[in-house]
Amino acid sequence: MHAIEKILAKAAGKEKVNTGEIVKAKVDFAEVNDIYLQTIYSFYEMGGKEVWDKDKLCFVFDHYAPAPTIRSAQNHKEMRQFARQQGLTNHFDVNAGVCHQVMPEAGHVWPGMILVATDSHTTTHGAFGAFGTGVGATDMATIMISGEIWFRVPEIIKIEINGNLKPGVMAKDVILHILGQLGADVAVYKAIEFCGSYVEELDVAERMVICNMAVEMGAKTAYMVPNHKVLQYIRARSSHIFAVPETDEDFQYAASYLFEVDELLPQVALPHSVENVVPINEVEQVRVDQAFIGACTGGRVEDIEAAVNILRGKKISPNTRLVIIPASNEVFLTANKRGYIKELVDAGATFSTPGCGPCLGAHQGVLAPGEVCVTASNRNFPGRMGSTEAEVYLASPATVAAGALKGVLSDPRSEQEGVK
Amino acid sequence: MKKMITGSAFLFGDNIDTDQIYPGRYLELVKPDEVAAHCLEGADPSFVKKMTSGDVVVAGRNFGCGSSREHAVITLAHAGVGVLIAESFARIFYRNAINLGLPLLVCPRITGRVKEGDIVEVDLHGGLVKNHTTSEEIQGEKLSDYMLEILQSGGIKPLFKKLTADM
Repeated sequence: MHAIEKILAKAAGKEKVNTGEIVKAKVDFAEVNDIYLQTIYSFYEMGGKEVWDKDKLCFVFDHYAPAPTIRSAQNHKEMRQFARQQGLTNHFDVNAGVCHQVMPEAGHVWPGMILVATDSHTTTHGAFGAFGTGVGATDMATIMISGEIWFRVPEIIKIEINGNLKPGVMAKDVILHILGQLGADVAVYKAIEFCGSYVEELDVAERMVICNMAVEMGAKTAYMVPNHKVLQYIRARSSHIFAVPETDEDFQYAASYLFEVDELLPQVALPHSVENVVPINEVEQVRVDQAFIGACTGGRVEDIEAAVNILRGKKISPNTRLVIIPASNEVFLTANKRGYIKELVDAGATFSTPGCGPCLGAHQGVLAPGEVCVTASNRNFPGRMGSTEAEVYLASPATVAAGALKGVLSDPRSEQEGVK
Repeated sequence: MKKMITGSAFLFGDNIDTDQIYPGRYLELVKPDEVAAHCLEGADPSFVKKMTSGDVVVAGRNFGCGSSREHAVITLAHAGVGVLIAESFARIFYRNAINLGLPLLVCPRITGRVKEGDIVEVDLHGGLVKNHTTSEEIQGEKLSDYMLEILQSGGIKPLFKKLTADM
């Protein structure tokens, strides 16, 4: 069996599971974000009275944090009331950050667990060796009642990534390149394991970027064997005792793909599809009205640092605005302590408080018709960040910062300190 | 759930994501009739005006990719879409549709075999699409028994109501 299958088998109380089998799995931790008030309505509609385990369910207010409209304020109010009434042990209000950053930081993610959240980017937690997957409101309401959910045991595909990136090239470029090569539906109904020499040495933040965007290939979940950096991160934050499941040597993958990244250039996904990916040197001159660094894909300290390395002591283009939203308070405070916030504000950046920001077009920097945005977030679908007539380019935080500096989409390698 | 569903076809392409099915700027809405008013607005703003209850949405690969938002299914179901046919569906969207009792059929050969406005009939048990306009039959994938059971119950909510009544 694969490690992913072993996680499912353990959660289903079975010795063995087979591909295609439907199993009922016990959930170790569940999270609901603030676009899912519907979950509470469905919970009561289905006869729910008390949640199955008040230590294992939390709300994270991130998509509308702090509330931009009366409607979303009302949604928060009703969810807050529910959390209090049910006595939920963990609650992350508008002062926390994006759920996929907040949960690992708070010690709720560990290898071998089943983590379910009302957000498609829950694949992020494969970075920690967890089975993380997204569901909708009704599925979540059934978990809140029973603590269980049905899963079809997925086919598993292997994506092996070898080599070392050149300076100025980031994990975001790697996953965009893979997306462009394999397409937005290569892993529909399937799970992806990322492995190879590149992955083995990868830092926590970069592992999260790659697993985060696995869902853009349709993946049910993503998985990386936890490395020493991940285990160190978890042990510093969680007292949970866990065993790391290991894939059997004779396991047969449904498909295998190999990528060598030594020569990889910065990548850009052109409007309006995540699979529409080209290297930066093939992009014609594109005006940048807004540049965005943030969200569950690109709002970590390392991402903000990449921007600092390009913008230190300089000013962004007068024709461009640069919106930066740290993924969590921990990220915000760390960036502040290191002086990054000041350096970026001096360079002309606009900061907002931790949350999802304009990634999903709700607030804090949405786009007008005809505007062009280059973003470190994860989706460039029509209307994703505001007007359906706006154009969104996905890129690494370094490429986003270079675009803000020049006012046009630019190769970050020519702007980065010490990189020529 | 009706065994046979017949309606007029509306065509959509590949990778119709949940932002096109239900734009993020309306996510704060909760009432189903309000949600229904924006059905497929990001792909075709006039869809809601053109369609009538029971009509059929036919799409390419990876329909419903992107966000886990259940609004995407609520909007289609409450706008009155009778059944969805696509070459493939994104996983979370597929689960949400089954859970809310919105019939859908995976039909890898559908592209090019149905035109906008064709009258199509879907047999969910047999996984079969009949195009009455062209008299062609297109075989899709049968739903698993487990999915059919949920759909036939009108979604997972009625099933869970029984469960909680016994708790």
